[in-house]
Amino acid sequence: MNPAATRALALFGVLGLWAALSWGNALAQYMNPVLLPTPADVAQVAIDTVRSGELLRHVALSLLRVGQGFGVAAALAVALGILAALCMPLRLLAEPVVEFIRPIPPLAFLPIFLAWFGLGETSKVVFIGYATFFPMFVAISASVLRIDPMLLRAAASLGASRTDLVWRVILPAAMPGIVVALRLGFGLALFVIVAAEFIGADAGLGHFIMEGRTFFDPAQIVLGAVLLGALGSLINALLLAVERRFLRGRVAS
Amino acid sequence: MSAASSSRIEMQGVSKSFGAGPNRAIALAEVDLDIEDAELVCLLGPSGCGKSTLLNIIAGFVPPTTGTILVGGRAVNGPGADRGVVFQEYVLFPWLTVAGNVEFGPALKGVEAAERRRIAARYLDLVGLTAHAEKYPGQLSGGMKQRVAIARALANGPAIILMDEPFGALDAQNREVLQDELARIQRTEKRTIVFVTHSIREAVYLADRVVVMTSAPGRIKEIVPIGLSAGRDRFSQKFTQYEAEISRLVKAEVAKVHE
Repeated sequence: MNPAATRALALFGVLGLWAALSWGNALAQYMNPVLLPTPADVAQVAIDTVRSGELLRHVALSLLRVGQGFGVAAALAVALGILAALCMPLRLLAEPVVEFIRPIPPLAFLPIFLAWFGLGETSKVVFIGYATFFPMFVAISASVLRIDPMLLRAAASLGASRTDLVWRVILPAAMPGIVVALRLGFGLALFVIVAAEFIGADAGLGHFIMEGRTFFDPAQIVLGAVLLGALGSLINALLLAVERRFLRGRVAS
Repeated sequence: MSAASSSRIEMQGVSKSFGAGPNRAIALAEVDLDIEDAELVCLLGPSGCGKSTLLNIIAGFVPPTTGTILVGGRAVNGPGADRGVVFQEYVLFPWLTVAGNVEFGPALKGVEAAERRRIAARYLDLVGLTAHAEKYPGQLSGGMKQRVAIARALANGPAIILMDEPFGALDAQNREVLQDELARIQRTEKRTIVFVTHSIREAVYLADRVVVMTSAPGRIKEIVPIGLSAGRDRFSQKFTQYEAEISRLVKAEVAKVHE
């Protein structure tokens, strides 16, 4: 069976199941139909909020926050992750700290970020940066440590300096691991932005979902969730395409 | 790209031990050896005789515990572009094409793109891989990978090439084909080559001199000059005589280990 067709079938299958359940419920009145919105209800909210420009504003704001927080964290994680892998004393210093901080759910620090940076953009951007940095740092550092030391020997015997080794061997050799770490970090950023916007925001997809709760509009909540799913998988597909482009021809060797 | 004026390798009292105290293991004890310009020397011996350790010391990957080692009159201090290395496991850069791998050394030196391509084309032609220039290492067979590694080492223009059991991972047919190619390349390129192997046949086929090493600790047992001309015949009487002679030397060593 064609894999693309199988994927499409799975998506339409879920959509069909939702449609059958929600419209079935609307007919049978098993529970209050408002609680289980149909695809048409959700589409109606989408049309209304797109027309008013509201939806685009929420999506754009969330993406901007994710982009900024994730962008800064990714740059830092790549630089420091490589540095920590190459510099033994730094690694020994960083390891216990990272291992202590990592199991703490990032959300535990959200209230303090709000207290420090206020309800404005900064608190959200810093929070996303904080939440995504550590997992990316750990993954990138690990991928640099996994590089075959023979590659460094081969490059050194061709005349590579220490700087050459970083740019021409370590970075490309760790690239598959780095791309995976960035995909992981981006997924996490989308994950935590919603929670941050639940609590301390007056716009963004998280706020949009919370608004659905406040005004008791489950269709709006579902729309917010569906959009997050669509954005997440779209961006993941994009990163996967970048990854393939980067690693073209690179089969196990 | 011409080789440096002098590529003599001079080793005096070179030893290497690992660990300390009661756990100290001597891998290599007091090696004195001079290798001349454009000479192909095979380091031959059973595993554990320190032949690869000696090669790694010449390459500058590991420092000797004692002794001095001069290349072209200058003390070795880490790896460098004057000593190319070909590894048993090929160690190509998987993110670069075949041509990209061969151009790696020249690119480090800042050779411009057009000239780099010319160099890569020349050495890929020398190893018969012109048609595969745009492939990636993952798409090549073991024999082809090793040809790329040899081209990569040659293209960087080192006076010395160090080869660590380069054909050890290949099947018997590929091994002989690559031995033929190396012998042919050496006739025109005339680099100084130090070639580590445990195959007596390979050593007799390739070497100007065969350095027979002993194990535990590794040291030089005997140096056998091979008085055969270029284009050697593996089945000639002289060839088999050399094989027998070196075989006796090596067997005495292996027997000693098992006593």
